[in-house]
Amino acid sequence: MSLAISTPGATQQNWLEKLGAGHIILGTALVLYPLVASDFFLTQIGGYSLIFGMLGLSLMLLAGYGGMVSLAQITVAGISAYAIAILGNNNSNVLGFGWPWWLAVPFAVLAAALASALIGWISVRTEGIYTIMITLAIATATYYFAQQNYAIFNGHSGYAGIRAPAFWGISWRDAKPFYYLCLGLAVLSYAAVLYGSRSTFGMTLQAIRDNPRRMRALGYHVTAHKVFAWLLAGVIAGLAGVLLVWFNGRVSPGTIGVDAAIDVLIIAVIGGIRHPIGPFLGALVVVLMQTFAIDIVGAERFNTLIGMVFLVIVFVSPDGILGLWGRIKPHLAQEALRPGP
Amino acid sequence: MRMHRRTVLALAVFTGLTAPSMALAADDTIKIGLLATFEGPFTVLGEDGERGAMTAVAEMNGTVAGKKIEIVKGSSDASPDSAVRAARKLVEQDGVKVLVGPLSGDEGIAVKDYAKTQPNVTFINGTSAAQDTTLRNPAENFFRFSTDGAQWMAGLGTYAFKDKGYKKVATVAEDYSFPYTQVFGFMAEFCKAGGHVPSKSWVPIGNKDFSSVIAAIPEGVDAIYVALGGADAVNFLTQYQQSGGTAPLIGGSITVDQTVLTSKGKLKDVLKGTPSAGPTADTNDAPAWKAFVEAYKKQPGAFPSPSLFAHGYYVDMKATLLGLDKVGGDVSDGGKKLREALSSLSFDTPTGKVSLDKNRNAIADIFLTEVTEGSDGNLLNKLVKVVPQVNQTLGIPEDEFMKLGAVNRDNPSCP
Amino acid sequence: MSLLDRPSQALSSGGMTLRQAWGLAGLLAAAVLAWLVFAAWPDWLNAILISKKAFVSAILNGITLAGLYFLVASGFTLIFGLMRNVNLAHGSLYLLGAYIGYEVTNRTGYWLLGVAAGFAVLAIVGVIMQVFVFRRLEGDDLRQTLVSIGISIVAADLMLAVWAGGTYQISTPEWLDGALTLPVITAVRSNGASVFLTYPLYRVVVLAAAIVIGVGLWLMLHKTRVGMMIRAGVDDRAMLQASGVNVHAVFAIVFAVGAGLAGFAGVVGGSALSVAPGEDVRYLLASLVVVIVGGMGSITGAAIGALLIGLAEQIGLVYFPTYGIVLTFVIMVVTLAIRPQGIMGKAR
Repeated sequence: MSLAISTPGATQQNWLEKLGAGHIILGTALVLYPLVASDFFLTQIGGYSLIFGMLGLSLMLLAGYGGMVSLAQITVAGISAYAIAILGNNNSNVLGFGWPWWLAVPFAVLAAALASALIGWISVRTEGIYTIMITLAIATATYYFAQQNYAIFNGHSGYAGIRAPAFWGISWRDAKPFYYLCLGLAVLSYAAVLYGSRSTFGMTLQAIRDNPRRMRALGYHVTAHKVFAWLLAGVIAGLAGVLLVWFNGRVSPGTIGVDAAIDVLIIAVIGGIRHPIGPFLGALVVVLMQTFAIDIVGAERFNTLIGMVFLVIVFVSPDGILGLWGRIKPHLAQEALRPGP
Repeated sequence: MRMHRRTVLALAVFTGLTAPSMALAADDTIKIGLLATFEGPFTVLGEDGERGAMTAVAEMNGTVAGKKIEIVKGSSDASPDSAVRAARKLVEQDGVKVLVGPLSGDEGIAVKDYAKTQPNVTFINGTSAAQDTTLRNPAENFFRFSTDGAQWMAGLGTYAFKDKGYKKVATVAEDYSFPYTQVFGFMAEFCKAGGHVPSKSWVPIGNKDFSSVIAAIPEGVDAIYVALGGADAVNFLTQYQQSGGTAPLIGGSITVDQTVLTSKGKLKDVLKGTPSAGPTADTNDAPAWKAFVEAYKKQPGAFPSPSLFAHGYYVDMKATLLGLDKVGGDVSDGGKKLREALSSLSFDTPTGKVSLDKNRNAIADIFLTEVTEGSDGNLLNKLVKVVPQVNQTLGIPEDEFMKLGAVNRDNPSCP
Repeated sequence: MSLLDRPSQALSSGGMTLRQAWGLAGLLAAAVLAWLVFAAWPDWLNAILISKKAFVSAILNGITLAGLYFLVASGFTLIFGLMRNVNLAHGSLYLLGAYIGYEVTNRTGYWLLGVAAGFAVLAIVGVIMQVFVFRRLEGDDLRQTLVSIGISIVAADLMLAVWAGGTYQISTPEWLDGALTLPVITAVRSNGASVFLTYPLYRVVVLAAAIVIGVGLWLMLHKTRVGMMIRAGVDDRAMLQASGVNVHAVFAIVFAVGAGLAGFAGVVGGSALSVAPGEDVRYLLASLVVVIVGGMGSITGAAIGALLIGLAEQIGLVYFPTYGIVLTFVIMVVTLAIRPQGIMGKAR
């Protein structure tokens, strides 16, 4: 992107340039968004999209860099959401140890990361397309188990009355703070994935995706790299799970059902799994469609609509909206260069 | 160049979509949110709920206190999460001050929790029938003019023990809150009367294969209490009959419905004489009920007879409109007057008088029915008797009732 | 095997080989099972296992349910074995077959016609899917799978639009109704009369159908020309193509058989149990677990996997309904940990 790396005088400009104009504009727009948006658009569209964008991001990290398509990301998020409900406070009169948020959140995220690593370890024992099957089986089994287990998951009703904490004098369940909280964590995850993809680990992971046999022959521990990628994806999904349970105020088996698992895949694929921004784009599109379908086409056939969009994207542009944009852009640029009539 | 286009895109996305449709309702209309399951497997039930609600709106000719009624629909897929999302959209985006819904038990509890965060909006139940929506931790602004799943069972336990002479009954029900509530309502009376329930089978939701469950029912029970959704009841009965079972049945409120009664095959003999109870009855001769059925049938796509969901949504919507009428359609005070009006509201529904208790839960009549063969050879639920004015504690003093504890798999127990 | 045998032979002074030891253990297990099934139970056993009736019924139900699972999963595994195509719309094929079987049976009054229609229509749907969708994405496993997910979402919603959310039951003909009395005594009445176990005839017929179809599939794969081509294709697709076989025709046949079996299973399963939205996911999950455990692409593996999962599910339902699903899950994880390619799967 930038060639003037070694010029000492241009450090600051260099830093800005490294960040990229697109990022700066997008970032400014997102930070200023609350000035124009209503509370509803802040949380139900903004916050919700960011949360599902993070879930999509954790899938994108596995699928885009590791070649492992997982359908269990919502399950991982669900584990941290349930952990928050169990370790913190809920009003379902079951468990609820009342831990403060600064203790419960790290534990929840850790639990999610470990669960993710475990799922990863189970699924990387086989290769390629098996992952999608095994993770789908795990996601469905977890859903059915949560639905019937009362000792831990409180069965079909799940947990309710979970509230985002208030600290530093800010009540984080209010619209604006919650939006910024989501935005902060989303940006953090996004930056981490972007940075990580260019790190040695990221490069190795991508090389393993392209040719696992050669990497093994070169002496790399293929399984360890893959499982570590699952662990990282688990951290992101776990954070999203914490936000999700604070957002909904509740968690139940429906939250981690097969529909939700497939929604995350749809989000990542519609947005595009080649670049970390894709899932956020996909999440925004899907959330907007989900919320306003009832006003436009009626809610009844919403799934047909979203399924069709998904099918078209997979057929026409395997890289999602990002790929579509990448293809249209050169045409537009040429159009602009052409002299007027 | 590239940057420029991105800017435009970014701006388009983030400003174009932010303008909230805060178009305030004009003074001469009043917005009412209607939350039901318009997607997912419960769509048919949600649509019948809507028919019930619209019957109430049609009765008022679409106006209340001189203002036009505008119904804004919200859709859930019967999961609590989606119900809350739909409620939030109705309240926070569409700006409704009065909301009727939702349809199913866990949704009701979730919406009640949400109601606590919106003290200026008035919530009126649809047909959700979980006990704890109003009994424990109630919300000041959540009203239920329809009854709960335990109330629906009023009279059935005593009837089974005394009139039918069943001393030992096994239960088979789905494994979630609504059937727990129904089993609770049945057993609260049945155990008190001196009956025993040696075995309770909780079947995972969605399970269609009951044969192993049937084999595990102890031999020598006098009857089997079945609280399964209509079609699952057919499954259960068919498999029960195939495995050579002969014990008579007792039905939950949604067990012996039309799906079951119209099913073909040899189930007829098994079903005849099955007692059940609920908020409505097929052969209710009261003129008010007959008038309601006629009014309901005018709705597009109506069933031959209104379902429990049409009935529940009708009663709750009717109460909402009566309340709004009393306060002249004025909810500008955050609905304070409306809630006062609703709390003291008492009115005649097609199924008798309805009023509220201190938790804002309905006290209403419950119908005890029994399956009989009609003159045309079809089975129907014949009205046996009306249990008048059942309250939420089933006539048991409140402190004694609360001691029974919250409904769950093991409560109550009388093996 | 023989390599492994030798050291154990040296260790066991009695001269018993590992194979013999396994055989003896198997015989013992069979003897215990036979005793459990045929003997009158002492009270302490009744106390542990609820009742003999419950136990024996759970075993029988597990085996007959396995028959149904095998019918669904065999199509899934067949398609995967040849085409590397993880068809996640397989559950939708099952459900569509069930609905079609219901409509045809209901209108004509002939159940067998419904079964035939379920197979035939779904076979055609399978060919259409293969020719118009999956062939276009050949060689791209991931996109094929994603497309199959998209199809299953749209299919589920369209089926909901047509048949609504109700539950349908396909009525079976008279000659399949009723119960068989088995020579298994479950209890002895006070007057000395023995109570024999009765078992629904229909479920026994389902099991028989599954066995016949399983054997038929095996024969088709091993004794016919098409089967030979399919097996060759499983081992080396490029080589098969190079030797002049029309691979696409073989693919279409396999897809037709696989999808047709799903439709067939739908009608058979819909008659035993019932047809409702959501069943697609249940049977997709069952197929997934069965083939993960049994091994991808193996008919024998599908049979073994189906038996394990069917038994686990029914025994779980009776003895620990809450943790029933965990039992299934544990079987899957243990298989993956010990033998990632599945019990009968080939390591690739």
